[in-house]
Amino acid sequence: MSIDAQRALVAFTRFGFGPRPGDLAKTQDPRAILIAELAAPDGATLADDSLPRTPAALQTVYADQERKRLERERLALVELEQTGMPAPNVAPLLDLQSWPAPPPKDGAAMMSGAPSAKPPPSPEQQIFRAEAAARLRRALAAPVGFLERLVAFWSNHFCISAAKSNIARAAAGAYEREAIRPYVTGRFADMLRAVEQHPAMLNFLDNAQSIGPDSKAGQRSNRGLNENLAREILELHTMGVGSGYSQKDVVELARILTGWTIAGRDGRLGEPGAFVFNANAHEPGPATVLGRTYAQAGLAQGEAALADIARQPAVADHIARKFARHFVADDPPAALVGRLSKSFRDSDGDLGVLARALIDDEAAWSAPATKMRNPWELVVAAARAFDRPYPDPGPALNAMNLLGMPLWQPGGPNGFAEEASAWASPEGLKMRLELAAQFARQAKDAPSPTALIDDILGPSVSRATREAITRAESREQAYALLLMSPEFQRR
Amino acid sequence: MTMVCETPSLSRRALIAAGGALFSWAYLPRFARAADSRDPRLVVMVLRGALDGLSAVAPVGDPDYASLHGALALRLDGERAALPLDSFFAVNPAMPNFARLFRARQALAVHACATNYRERSHFDGQDVLESGMPGPGRVESGWLNRALALLPKGERVAPRGLAVGSTPPLVLRGGSPVLGWAPSGLPAASDDLTVRLMGLYDHRDPALAAALRAGLDADRLATKQGMDGYKPGGDAAAAMRKAAEGAARLIAADDGPRVAAMAFDGWDTHANEGGATGRLAQLLGGLDGAIAAFESELGPRWKDTAIVAVTEFGRTVHINGTVGTDHGTGTVAFLAGGAVGGGRVIADWPGLKAADLYEGRDLKPTTDLRAVLKGLLADQFGLPTRALGESVFPETAAVAPMRGLIAA
Repeated sequence: MSIDAQRALVAFTRFGFGPRPGDLAKTQDPRAILIAELAAPDGATLADDSLPRTPAALQTVYADQERKRLERERLALVELEQTGMPAPNVAPLLDLQSWPAPPPKDGAAMMSGAPSAKPPPSPEQQIFRAEAAARLRRALAAPVGFLERLVAFWSNHFCISAAKSNIARAAAGAYEREAIRPYVTGRFADMLRAVEQHPAMLNFLDNAQSIGPDSKAGQRSNRGLNENLAREILELHTMGVGSGYSQKDVVELARILTGWTIAGRDGRLGEPGAFVFNANAHEPGPATVLGRTYAQAGLAQGEAALADIARQPAVADHIARKFARHFVADDPPAALVGRLSKSFRDSDGDLGVLARALIDDEAAWSAPATKMRNPWELVVAAARAFDRPYPDPGPALNAMNLLGMPLWQPGGPNGFAEEASAWASPEGLKMRLELAAQFARQAKDAPSPTALIDDILGPSVSRATREAITRAESREQAYALLLMSPEFQRR
Repeated sequence: MTMVCETPSLSRRALIAAGGALFSWAYLPRFARAADSRDPRLVVMVLRGALDGLSAVAPVGDPDYASLHGALALRLDGERAALPLDSFFAVNPAMPNFARLFRARQALAVHACATNYRERSHFDGQDVLESGMPGPGRVESGWLNRALALLPKGERVAPRGLAVGSTPPLVLRGGSPVLGWAPSGLPAASDDLTVRLMGLYDHRDPALAAALRAGLDADRLATKQGMDGYKPGGDAAAAMRKAAEGAARLIAADDGPRVAAMAFDGWDTHANEGGATGRLAQLLGGLDGAIAAFESELGPRWKDTAIVAVTEFGRTVHINGTVGTDHGTGTVAFLAGGAVGGGRVIADWPGLKAADLYEGRDLKPTTDLRAVLKGLLADQFGLPTRALGESVFPETAAVAPMRGLIAA
């Protein structure tokens, strides 16, 4: 096969979400399509008027929490009344009839079986699903998907978990749209600030509750410092573990970040649900991190500290290694990591320059496909290959859950694994097979398997894979084998 | 990648993977309610992968059969002897129920038959078989669905246990609404798919092979099967019986479906096909069990029922280097049911001498399978010949429906 055809395949698989039928054939300059995607103005932002900004999303949660509180009180009063205790004149605090009715039983629900009585989705679940649907649509429609891969990479690097709280679930999508997407080709320092000031992160890593011991609030209560966010900033978000910072640096940074919190539903501190600097909770006085002393008052202290941390040499190395490990190989060539690190340093952390350096590096094109597509990439690649949009995100989310990568819900602040072995596990592969078989069963209007081989796996597909697919005993089986082939699973 | 609606439980996903789901017309034919008249039912089973007709219904009376079909040939003597149907044909010993029904004149076989498709691609062959179109690639609707459009539409089938499900087989897809049902507790991704994928991984990607193998082993342990008892095909046969039992109960109900289709995978026996025992015999046993399940579950409705089992094409007369057979042409179709005018093997036997074989390798098709299907629709539902040749099986005016398949 031609070198160009091979490079077109690499452009779509290593850098993107895999080709749609026809994409490979019409690709003339594989590098150019990646560069064009990077250069699209606001290409990664996702503006959708139907998706709430973070404050609006959190206000929905606050209102729901209030509604439930009132209902609990009302039931408590009813209980009081029924136990014969003197009861006040209880006005109906809540009209139960106006509760959201359960969605009508969908005739398309799978097959037979007893319908499970499901409660209506909570407000945060509804927002979460709408955000997931928007992310999915964007990934399916992307020409190559390099920008969306960058979004997913940075979103996982700076991960939050929707499992943390109703607030985190409601804000998970907005977090990515507000703190990640605007900066994937911008400056690392800007993304870092946006991330650490976002309500979702402040909730996820408990900084919203962190209170300076000597602050006004600290003196009034016995609550105090929470180091969680400060530690993960140094260990995960910027420099990396073992890169030269100390426990003292963690504590000092935590002091600096006190007061970075979320405005509550009463609106006393600011727009409910928005990031706010609460001077009352902020630890007063100078603090020293990594040998530099920050004497600024208020919010400026933390912003200055973050800006400096973003420029630490260890950051460039940490990010470059993780970037190469995500896109190229679990154990990427040292020379490639060195070049990426240099591009990061020389550009003062310009993430667009970093992405461009990856595109421009021959090592990124010539490395063999040893990585596994992670579940998000697999779900998107399958839908693109079969031109099957998800009208509802449920099936895709369900597949990601089963494959061990629930969307925006990693097990810890270190995010989902980057290593291929984490995804090529026995349980994972068996699940991939079951899902592929199911997907294949439903691929009723797909092109002939033979045509799909060239269109999706490319002309370089191995003879063994080609034969396995063409000799399949049915279209369904051929589609399942295509989806499960090493060429589709790996990238 | 799943991609069904909402979160089905693991077992539910697993069962759909096994194949054998039932898909039915969403309506009763209007004449079905007439209490004292015939209440015809039709079940179409699509056997995907190309059934070896010579190992299913063996021409034991053909002097060339035993030597040509070699190790796979059925014999009338010894252990696992084939069950004679007449002086020439004998059915695989894995199908005792079929043989019993045959003797009771409630089952028949049509041999040396094929659609008009003469290449050897499963995909295209199945397209032609199920779409009823003159050529492959036409996958918008199936002949059974178009036949439904000609039936007087009565009340909706009672939805008990039936729902809009995953994709029905092509034969029943199209404009007429279709409902689906699948049994629970069946094995996950089909054995055949798993075996093929393991073969590919062993060849191409040892790391994925090791991981998948370990995953499947764990699964087998979980289902208490153990490696020793694990036989590809064995699970499939049990799945077929189980699917048929549930499907038959639905069809037996007075307000249940009258026209339905099922598809069973796994018939592509390139290697270790086996004859009187082995993989193909297991599958045939599954089919036989499915027919028996319909008979027992349908009860008094069995007398009005016809079941037809068809495959996209046959397999080579010679066996190959891996004790299997490759894609061929002519093969066998099974009919069973109380409504069937059975007790005979319908065949214009072409012979197995080298000069008689199609392209020197396959059983020559002498009966157009579409004539069988058209005849079945004509006799069971009274569909007019003209419509059968125009809208149901387009461009088949010259292929006369085979009459008399349904007992008068």
